Amino acid sequence: MTLTAVLVLAVGTYAFRLAGPLLRDRLALPAKARELMSMSATVLLVALVATSSLMKGQGFAGWALPVGVLVGGLAAWRKAPFVVVVLLAAATTAGLRLLGA
Amino acid sequence: MRSIWRTLDQRLLRDVAAVAAGAAVSGASFGAISVAAGLPWWLPVVMSLLVFAGGSQFMAVGIVAAGGSPAAAVLAGLVLNARHLPFGLAVGDVLGRGLVARLVGSHLLIDETVAFALAQRDPARARAAYWSCGVALFGAWNASVVAGALAGQAIGDPAAFGLDAAFPAALLALTLPALKDRKTRHAALLGSAVALATTPFLPAGLPVLLALGGLVVAFSGKAVRA
Repeated sequence: MTLTAVLVLAVGTYAFRLAGPLLRDRLALPAKARELMSMSATVLLVALVATSSLMKGQGFAGWALPVGVLVGGLAAWRKAPFVVVVLLAAATTAGLRLLGA
Repeated sequence: MRSIWRTLDQRLLRDVAAVAAGAAVSGASFGAISVAAGLPWWLPVVMSLLVFAGGSQFMAVGIVAAGGSPAAAVLAGLVLNARHLPFGLAVGDVLGRGLVARLVGSHLLIDETVAFALAQRDPARARAAYWSCGVALFGAWNASVVAGALAGQAIGDPAAFGLDAAFPAALLALTLPALKDRKTRHAALLGSAVALATTPFLPAGLPVLLALGGLVVAFSGKAVRA
């Protein structure tokens, strides 16, 4: 990794970030399109949840990780406080790994 | 009324603190891993300040550590970070109107800030959530990367603490309210299926972008316009 590589990655990433807020201004978007955009952010986030809890690299992550996320998800669904959700997920995964899952 | 606001804000800050604590541990391990991979201590620090996207940072350093070229690392990182464009389109209004707010706020556009902003009902709270989460995570992430880079390999594998489960669980908890909407839920499920099915075959980052294909659900079952 070189400083140049870091700078190129930084500039490119910032461009992706800035493009959204700036483009949104230029375009007078109908309500339907705005709704679709917030829906697309949710779709991206959920896909990120799915891939980062089931896959590691290009293969299956093992059971400990998805089970931990699922336990956290169930806690959230049962209206548990956010901190409990996060801790429960991490503790479940860590515990299962300790048991060799 | 005022006390309701206070309680809500305290709850929000506590939630943000929980996410920031998780980010701090992964930041420390990022710093440690980078130094272990042979980078000078300041390079992961500069990278964290300027790139500020954990996933792409871990991936870029991992590719170089595995013998890949810096160009390949940059390309992979950019593909992974392309999702920030649709994120910005979705929550662009939350940043604020001024140019400075936009320029600074854009740098804080990360998975967590987007999820926190989307989880709020009214715009004022969404803005407060976005900025408090962004500032807290920026501080926690960067401070811990410095600490990790200096402490080096003394820091263990974050997976042993189950921290890799904390990130998806936090995002899931934040997106649950939006999933009450049937159409959004169907789009998200279809999109996730597409992302999971394509992960074994595509470079990291692309499968998540392909999940946007799940949005076809939003167009189905609607009366034909025009």
